[in-house]
Amino acid sequence: MRRRRPLLVLLLLLGATPAAARQRPELVVFEAASLKEALAPLAAAFEAAHPPARVILNAAGSQELRAQIEHGAPADVFVSADHRQMDPLVAAHLVETPVRFACNRPVLVTRLGLDTIASLADLPRAQRLVLGAPEVPIGAYAERVFRRAATLYGADFPARVQARVVSRELNVRQVLAKVILGEADAAVVYASDAAAARGKVRVVALPPAADVLAEYPIARVRAGAQPALARAFLDFARGPAGVAALKEAGFAACPAP
Amino acid sequence: MEGRGAARGDLAIRGALGLVAGLLFALLAFPLAALLLGAPPGELVRALRDPAVLPAAGLSLASTSVSLALIVAGGTPLAWAIARGAGRRWRAVETLVELPAVLPPAVAGVALLLAFGRRGVLGPALARLGLGLPFTSAAVVMAQSFVAAPFYVQAAVAAFRRVDPDLLFVARTLGAGRARVFLTVAVPVARPGLTGGAALAWARALGEFGATLMFAGNMPGRTQTLPLAIYTALESDLRTAQSLSILLVAAAFALLVAVRAGRRS
Repeated sequence: MRRRRPLLVLLLLLGATPAAARQRPELVVFEAASLKEALAPLAAAFEAAHPPARVILNAAGSQELRAQIEHGAPADVFVSADHRQMDPLVAAHLVETPVRFACNRPVLVTRLGLDTIASLADLPRAQRLVLGAPEVPIGAYAERVFRRAATLYGADFPARVQARVVSRELNVRQVLAKVILGEADAAVVYASDAAAARGKVRVVALPPAADVLAEYPIARVRAGAQPALARAFLDFARGPAGVAALKEAGFAACPAP
Repeated sequence: MEGRGAARGDLAIRGALGLVAGLLFALLAFPLAALLLGAPPGELVRALRDPAVLPAAGLSLASTSVSLALIVAGGTPLAWAIARGAGRRWRAVETLVELPAVLPPAVAGVALLLAFGRRGVLGPALARLGLGLPFTSAAVVMAQSFVAAPFYVQAAVAAFRRVDPDLLFVARTLGAGRARVFLTVAVPVARPGLTGGAALAWARALGEFGATLMFAGNMPGRTQTLPLAIYTALESDLRTAQSLSILLVAAAFALLVAVRAGRRS
């Protein structure tokens, strides 16, 4: 009999751990990588307003989060950096109808110490350009910027830029990291990322004719374990606290719909 | 009475052991089966027509071939030196060479960037030579070699240690120089061990993911190897990711069979 006791203790421990963890309701928020600085303080404020709730943030490329939700990842709320990664979830009835949460603007950033790129027109002079992969929102926005810039700098501008691309990263923070590290000469990231990396990269504003607006939809995931808490979070995020956190993190004001 | 109790106890233990063994086996076998059975074959073949597939397969084949050539060319004499070398210094060399095999690939990625990146230790010197390594196919080869070489060196050291010292001594007394003894006696005698190590190293290079992503980036046709293509495809087309995975399973399986056959003969 004595020999079985460790096994018994182990079983008790295994049974006890989840119960202890269950005491605080956990709200799992899947956030686009660019939202990190904005949602961290917002999550803390939400926890303070809704004890004993705990917010678990999971930041990654929107396309990765979308794929995870499609495969049944336990999320309560999803914030995507574009509609393209949200719409398939709506069509598959995996999320409720999304609403607009934030707006952002793609900008050009260059590595410190590089002075050959003063405007978007100079981009083909970069030796190493890093973009998001085509399915990553920032990768798609960047391509839209280049297409729009073709009206300014000639029809071959997108192709001349593409010829300088050395890597297509899987989320915007990896793109930004390559410029901070000095490995990439330039990259297209969001204005909020440039704000988060203030002093580590140089920001080059885009000409108005090439500018695009990035819209971030937010939605409750239907399979989420905390529907009431998720709805409360959506309201909270879209209220004054959310607006302030987004502004603080360098997001743009959304134009009137 | 006591005998029957002991027998019953033995049966219970055997049952418990069988159960956990079966569970682990299922954990290993079931995902591989799901990979093969999870989709109609026609759909999987169609998925291989994805434009990312051919460049990734070509790059994986080419880069792992170059990596393996570098690993074998440099690793064989290095392993010989380690196997013959005595003393604490050689043990330190041996440990250092084996370390990358147990390091997380992400650590390898950071280390490679800090050594050869633009802001890395050798960055300025490389820049003066006009060499930028990150984001090039050369960086893919370096990442693969870094993580895979230890597997070959480890196996080669073990194989060289098993070479009969008398054989080497006889060759020396017959007038062969040290280099000649190494090339014409030690290497041929150790060949089965060397081949097995090379196969393992190749498999590890083919599977390299983390260090490549961090050090070489993800560029179709230039640095996007099959594992990176799988990771990228998972977010756009699951079937393509699945087809490529089956391709890599087939390569790994063929390798295992070849190594087994080599060992038996």
